[in-house]
Amino acid sequence: MAARKTPEKTLGESLRDHGLSRRGFLKFCAATTSMMALPPSLAPAIAAALETAKRPSVIWLSFQECTGCTESLTRSHAPTLEDLILDFISLDYHHTLQAAAGEAAEEARLQAMEANKGEYLVIVDGSIPGPDANPGFSTVAGHSNYQTLMETVEHAAAVIAVGTCAAFGGIPQAKPNPTGAMSVMDLVKDKPVVNVSGCPPIPMVITGVLAHYLVFGRLPELDSYGRPLAFYGQSIHDRCYRRPFYDRGLFAESFDDEGAKLGWCLYRLGCKGPSTYNACATMKWNDGTSWPIESGHPCLGCSEPSFWDAGGFYEPLSVPLTLRPETLLQAGAVGAVVGGGLAALARKKVKDAAGTRQPVTVEELEQKL
Amino acid sequence: MSGSMEFLLWTKGPMFDIAMVIFAIGLLARLAEIFLLGRARNYAEPRAGEWPAGLRTMLTRTVADRGTFERAPFNVVVGWIWHLGFLAALLLFVPHIELAKGLFGISWPALPNPVVDFLTAITLLSLVATLVHRLNHPVKRRISTIEDYLVWTVVFMVVLTGYLAYHRMVNPYPLALGMHILSAEILLILLPFTKLTHILTAFIARWYNGAAFGRKGVQS
Repeated sequence: MAARKTPEKTLGESLRDHGLSRRGFLKFCAATTSMMALPPSLAPAIAAALETAKRPSVIWLSFQECTGCTESLTRSHAPTLEDLILDFISLDYHHTLQAAAGEAAEEARLQAMEANKGEYLVIVDGSIPGPDANPGFSTVAGHSNYQTLMETVEHAAAVIAVGTCAAFGGIPQAKPNPTGAMSVMDLVKDKPVVNVSGCPPIPMVITGVLAHYLVFGRLPELDSYGRPLAFYGQSIHDRCYRRPFYDRGLFAESFDDEGAKLGWCLYRLGCKGPSTYNACATMKWNDGTSWPIESGHPCLGCSEPSFWDAGGFYEPLSVPLTLRPETLLQAGAVGAVVGGGLAALARKKVKDAAGTRQPVTVEELEQKL
Repeated sequence: MSGSMEFLLWTKGPMFDIAMVIFAIGLLARLAEIFLLGRARNYAEPRAGEWPAGLRTMLTRTVADRGTFERAPFNVVVGWIWHLGFLAALLLFVPHIELAKGLFGISWPALPNPVVDFLTAITLLSLVATLVHRLNHPVKRRISTIEDYLVWTVVFMVVLTGYLAYHRMVNPYPLALGMHILSAEILLILLPFTKLTHILTAFIARWYNGAAFGRKGVQS
């Protein structure tokens, strides 16, 4: 089997071969430009760059995951430009999507790595049992996830961690983390890592990061969690169309009260929008149809680290995690006993002093002076 | 890298428990001590009731009389402004009310956020003014102790971090919110053991003064 090289066709040629019109292509470029928060004047430049871009080789590694991220990317509203762009990267290895199986599949991965050394992209979804964990929790072709990851990223240009499991550990890492799950950035320290978090991430965000790489030849600007700022730069809360209700203090108190019917703020029903950074409020889901808050459900905060352990989904954000009123009452009782003890000691001291008091006359005092 | 979220969860979880337990033990110990120490029995026949005078004094001592105002207008005006601003931000901001509701099951109406935001900004400016005043006023500077500056810092940090978190001026956001919660926890821990106890004892003391005067049949 000949080594797999990056295909020679440019993205523009491939798109035309697939029957995408020039108009459709330019629309995609304009959308990509705006969602990456670039000035509209850059759209033609992006079109030109995408037109001539070579398809990069992409190796997609799936570890401890539910395939929801792949589902999100491929099935959301097919066929879409998001799907198409996946055709226009050279997806050389992907468990769910590739036709090859068994040794042939693993061979494809090794060949892609060899042929595109230093240039290929690695996309990871799912968390990884760490180097100290039992490797048997998750293996592919007899190799532990940790081995596969470290071997594959060694000569990669960059790593894109897709989904909250790969980016932050996600549900596998939730307490008590039985598999010792770790995120990609916990393990990969010497390569650029982009976190595209979300459970699952918005499909357009995954393709947006790839488009950015194709156009500019480098990865987008990242926030302190390694997420692309263009998509994760603002909180759900700050872009939420229900925000005016929050500011005015109008809240749904239950899922079927008058406030809920009127579309008031869901903060009291546990919305994690204020602490969550993602593009749901602006890009929405299912081809811009709707998003969780628009459908009346509080944001779960799925694109944030530890979202599974960050308090109940239906508890407001400001409610403490573990304190119970009984604990406070007990502490108060202990305090009262301590206070009573201190008071008793003080009284005793006064009493003892009174008992042993030596009367002094004025004459005696004067003598001492 | 995701340490700031762990920090936030720590401030909302174990650290909050520790702070509230120390606060409850400390405060109850102080109050129990004050009440159980008792006072020497007064054998004189009371000329009037203690309670009406005590309650009246709780109110009248809260509002400065004219002489006090003329002697120290800054203390009265700025003191009132920041105390009210602090209380409004503490008690009438939606997330704080949700905290009370989550813990004790009681809630009350909130102020709109832009109003709380404005009051918080005023409170911050007033607190800075009190510090400048304390440092510039020769008498105040002389009688100020380390405790005074410590208490000022803790109160200021609580308001400042709250303001920064609300306006998302610190990144990442969990760090901003965690800093605010931790500041509040430090305040709770220090409260029973510093002059911050006046949150409760000021009113007890005012009642006691008023009651003593009332018993003697004189105005306080």
